[in-house]
Amino acid sequence: MTGVNPSPPVRRLGDRLFAGSARGAGIAILVVLAGVAAFLVVDSVPALVAPAADVPGGKGVFSYVGPLLFGTVIAAVIALVVATPLGVAIALFLTHYAPRRLAQGLGYVVDLLAAIPSIVFGFWGIFWLAPRMVPFYAWAEEHLGFIPLFAGPASATGRTMLTAGVVLAVMILPIISAISREVFAQVPTLHREAALALGATRWEMIRMAVLPYGRSGVIGGAMLGLGRALGETLAIALVLSVSAGTMTFNLISSTNPSTIAANIALQFPESSGLDVHTLIASGLALFALTLVVNVLARAVVNRRADFSGAN
Amino acid sequence: MTLRNSTRATTVTVALASTLALAACGAANEGGTASTTGSGDERLSGTLNGAGSSAQQAAMQGWTAGFSGLQSDVTVNYDPVGSGGGREQFLAGGVDFAGSDSPLSDDELVKAQDRCGDAGVFELPNYISAIAVVYNLPGVDELDLAPDTIASIFAGKITTWNDPAIAADNPDADLPPTAITPVHRSDDSGSTKNFTDYLSKAAGDVWTYEADGVWPLPGGEAGNGTSGVISAVTGGEGTIGYADESQAGDELGIARIGVGEEFVGPSAEAAAKVVEGSELKSGRGDYDFAYDINRETTAADEYPIVLVSYHIGCVQYDDQDTADLMKAFEGYVISVDGQSAGADAAGSAPISDALREQAGTAVDAITVAG
Repeated sequence: MTGVNPSPPVRRLGDRLFAGSARGAGIAILVVLAGVAAFLVVDSVPALVAPAADVPGGKGVFSYVGPLLFGTVIAAVIALVVATPLGVAIALFLTHYAPRRLAQGLGYVVDLLAAIPSIVFGFWGIFWLAPRMVPFYAWAEEHLGFIPLFAGPASATGRTMLTAGVVLAVMILPIISAISREVFAQVPTLHREAALALGATRWEMIRMAVLPYGRSGVIGGAMLGLGRALGETLAIALVLSVSAGTMTFNLISSTNPSTIAANIALQFPESSGLDVHTLIASGLALFALTLVVNVLARAVVNRRADFSGAN
Repeated sequence: MTLRNSTRATTVTVALASTLALAACGAANEGGTASTTGSGDERLSGTLNGAGSSAQQAAMQGWTAGFSGLQSDVTVNYDPVGSGGGREQFLAGGVDFAGSDSPLSDDELVKAQDRCGDAGVFELPNYISAIAVVYNLPGVDELDLAPDTIASIFAGKITTWNDPAIAADNPDADLPPTAITPVHRSDDSGSTKNFTDYLSKAAGDVWTYEADGVWPLPGGEAGNGTSGVISAVTGGEGTIGYADESQAGDELGIARIGVGEEFVGPSAEAAAKVVEGSELKSGRGDYDFAYDINRETTAADEYPIVLVSYHIGCVQYDDQDTADLMKAFEGYVISVDGQSAGADAAGSAPISDALREQAGTAVDAITVAG
């Protein structure tokens, strides 16, 4: 706040108080983040330096965390692959196809999905979705078994990685569609009218004007959704049938890697001593993963922004 | 006051106990004071802290509720951190007693010397619960399974329900060719430890793994906690799992287990009976009632897949208050009232009179370190 202006600005008490509290809030975020990071690092050290045989699983902390990290990424990627096209399609329908009255109602319903607690999605996944996926898994094993993703043996309960990914997809759908809808709604009317005036159909107009304009917003929404998918705990803990130390791309069997957040939730109540430090080390890995994802997302959004027409 | 009555019910053993306690104390410290045994405190106050087995949690809630009805100024806290954590905290002196699904190991017994002194520890099998083998197979309401058959199913060696081995156990049943999906616990649990202990002892030819709280086989369908296993078994067709009998519900079939020539279903009586018929682990303290459960029993009134969870505490505590509180609390837990309160809350099997009498000797021996 050093004076760059020729005449120093008038500063009343209110100004100073507001500037101070705003700055304090900004600093508080950094302090909290640094505090969490420091806690994770300090408390995972005992697990990192412990002899491999003492760590749960008996093969060291990296082979314990590795499969969990793998499972976390797989579940989140399935969720993203399912939810992103769906979310964008919902947003396009609401902004450009649906009658205004219907769009408002539907938008409200989609937002309502975001308000449902994750444990409810977990119950929905285990009691409703999973049993209904079983026939599909049996079919997939028989007809698509040559693809490693559907190698089987198909689960008889449906508590598979694919089911978990679909549950996650439903959970992140409102985030992606809400943000996409916001940016699609902000496409300047001039862009759209120009495209239509050139003879574009509605689909061509969307392709030429709306999607390029909204691209960074869609990516941002997808990354927010990915963040939620990576950290989702209870729904996964309920739905997924896990086996410690597995790494497999087979999405339809009973044998699945767990995810970091779900594993912490499930193992912590019965853990003590080094086991807890190992769980914290896995938490550190998740923290690092989300950090990397966010940095990448920010980089992508920034790069895309140049071409989006937003500037 | 009922408490006093019920403890007095074991007066016969008190006399025996005091002599034993005297002997133990005499061996431990010069001039052991067994006089505290009969301290006539009617009203106690204070706090007892315990930690350990989550299997005992429901029963413990019943016990603490019942005990506070007798001694309203006493607070009993129980933290269900898990058996291993409970033993660890107890040995480190963090809590007054531990709840544990398995007795102290030899290493832990050495550590217990530091914690409790030479008088040692008591281990009381206060929580007994039958583990049911539950299955979901439409059209098959009754199922008998020999130990070798169960082991083969869970080891993945029998994969369809119409396998000849299952048919041999169930000559009258109409078994479908449905694939079998065995469901195990994904978390470290006393149920898994007792179930695998049963398999390794009763079907050692087929089940070549040792007893372990973590499921020893890689892969397969897994559920978290008893409720996770139950919902997985309920949700699939052709599934089979193991879970606390009280949690099995009405929807699932419960298999009868081959015991000798007969097939026996899980029940509270049969579960308590097998513990009574089992042998104590040898070479332990006078009040260390740790059992080697007789998994290979051939008595048709015993059900061998049981989970026994212990209360572990010191025979001598450093201060009078803790000793009095422990004596009163454990006295209540083993009493008829206490056991039925636990059974009501958790669906566990009340201990038999013989076990109660035996545990009474330990309760009467609890005293302050002299």
